[in-house]
Amino acid sequence: MTKAPIHPATIRILSLTALLGLWIIAAAISADATILPQPWALIGPFWKAIQSGTLPWHLWMTLTRVLWAFILAMSLGLLLGLAMGRLPAVDRWLDPWLVVFLNLPALVLIVLCYLWIGLNETAAIAAVTLNKIPSVTTIIREGARALDPGLAAMAAVFRMPPLRRLRHVVLPQLAPFIAAAARSGIAVIWKIVLVVEFLGRSNGIGFQIHLYFQQFDVAMVLVYALSFIAVMLCVEWLILQPFESRVRRWRGA
Amino acid sequence: MIEADIRVKSFGGAPVLRDIRFRVATGEVLAILGPSGIGKSTLLRIVAGIDSAFEGTVARPERLSMAFQEPTLLPWRTVAENLTLVHPSLGREGAVAALARVGIEDRADLFPRQLSLGQQRRVALARAFAGDPEALILDEPFASLDPATADEMLALTEGLIAGSRPATIFVTHSEPEAARLATRILRLGGRPATIRPDKEAG
Ligand SMILES: Nc1ncnc2c1ncn2[C@@H]1O[C@H](COP(=O)(O)OP(=O)(O)OP(=O)(O)O)[C@@H](O)[C@H]1O
Ligand SMILES: [Mg+2]
Repeated sequence: MTKAPIHPATIRILSLTALLGLWIIAAAISADATILPQPWALIGPFWKAIQSGTLPWHLWMTLTRVLWAFILAMSLGLLLGLAMGRLPAVDRWLDPWLVVFLNLPALVLIVLCYLWIGLNETAAIAAVTLNKIPSVTTIIREGARALDPGLAAMAAVFRMPPLRRLRHVVLPQLAPFIAAAARSGIAVIWKIVLVVEFLGRSNGIGFQIHLYFQQFDVAMVLVYALSFIAVMLCVEWLILQPFESRVRRWRGA
Repeated sequence: MIEADIRVKSFGGAPVLRDIRFRVATGEVLAILGPSGIGKSTLLRIVAGIDSAFEGTVARPERLSMAFQEPTLLPWRTVAENLTLVHPSLGREGAVAALARVGIEDRADLFPRQLSLGQQRRVALARAFAGDPEALILDEPFASLDPATADEMLALTEGLIAGSRPATIFVTHSEPEAARLATRILRLGGRPATIRPDKEAG
């Protein structure tokens, strides 16, 4: 008898179901809905929060912050990483900064941004962006260092103009690194965005979690957290993974 | 016309090339022969302007084409795109026509890694021949091709040189190839490599 390989999507669903099962068992053991409610106990509050429009609105606020910070951190990190990977002088000067910022706790940057810029949207997005730039830079720098000198020579000999060179010679080589940075970036960014909202915003998932934390409402904390996790899983499966397999197409071909 | 006057080229303090001086006029073909590791590719890279860390001077025309020792194609672009990205004026049709001349027009929409090494080499040759070059530099262009295909490519190269008359330099390990294509042969030898007097030269 031959065993048919299990489809990856099936494994994904099974794995998530197992997690759900674990939750149900844990909730049954604790037997206290104020500490850990059963999953089905969240459906009612979840539905109410959607109908009243509060959940979608706070979700939207958080998503825009995530998107802004993501775009800013990715583009600045890409530029810095390219410069540091290609120009040894820049690398020598900026590398100590990179180490400092990589080791600066997210919380310190957030608090400092709020203190210096004020309790506003700019400070919130700046704090998240600054937190993420160093790791994006580190990943892209690795990619920039590994650029194929043979292809660079080819582009130079045939005098390909800079923009065409960037698009067709450099970026495809960086694509796996960009995908890796995006993947780890989006995960870290949304967590930091929640902290930023928790500390100094009056809307967003982080703010709502703060609110329900003060009321000790575990159910609502879970409703908001899980809604956002669901959205981020969709981003991962519907945008990031298809993008990754597209930029890898020529390898397997 | 290509004019090279290379006094010294070193890698990490060790001289590899010394006192290499030559001139290739339009329509002329210079073959470079020499054992493996002597510095032939290094010499071509200097002439092509890829490597500028040497003592001496090189004058080369604007439109220069090169076929590298390795195919050096963009693996993430199709075979046809590999031609059109380097020579945009070619267009899709021109690219397919150029591929037809090297006998692989049916591979136009595959990615380079889906081609055999010999086929990739022919794409690289098609890329070098396109765009009406004033100077043509070929690094072992017919290696890893079977005799019949190598002969075809050789004929194609002859035709191109007769047509647009570029100044051509090519590296080879094959005496018959050099004798057939070249108007002049330059032998490298010694360490650091210098030009060896050519006894058979006519
Ligand atoms: N980037 C480099 N750094 C240090 N040494 C190098 C470098 N490139 C080439 N060399 C050395 O220079 C010498 C000449 O190399 P080159 O590639 O020009 O040889 P070649 O004549 O083309 O050989 P082949 O016929 O095998 O292609 C070799 O000894 C090689 O080790
Ligand atoms: Mg060589």
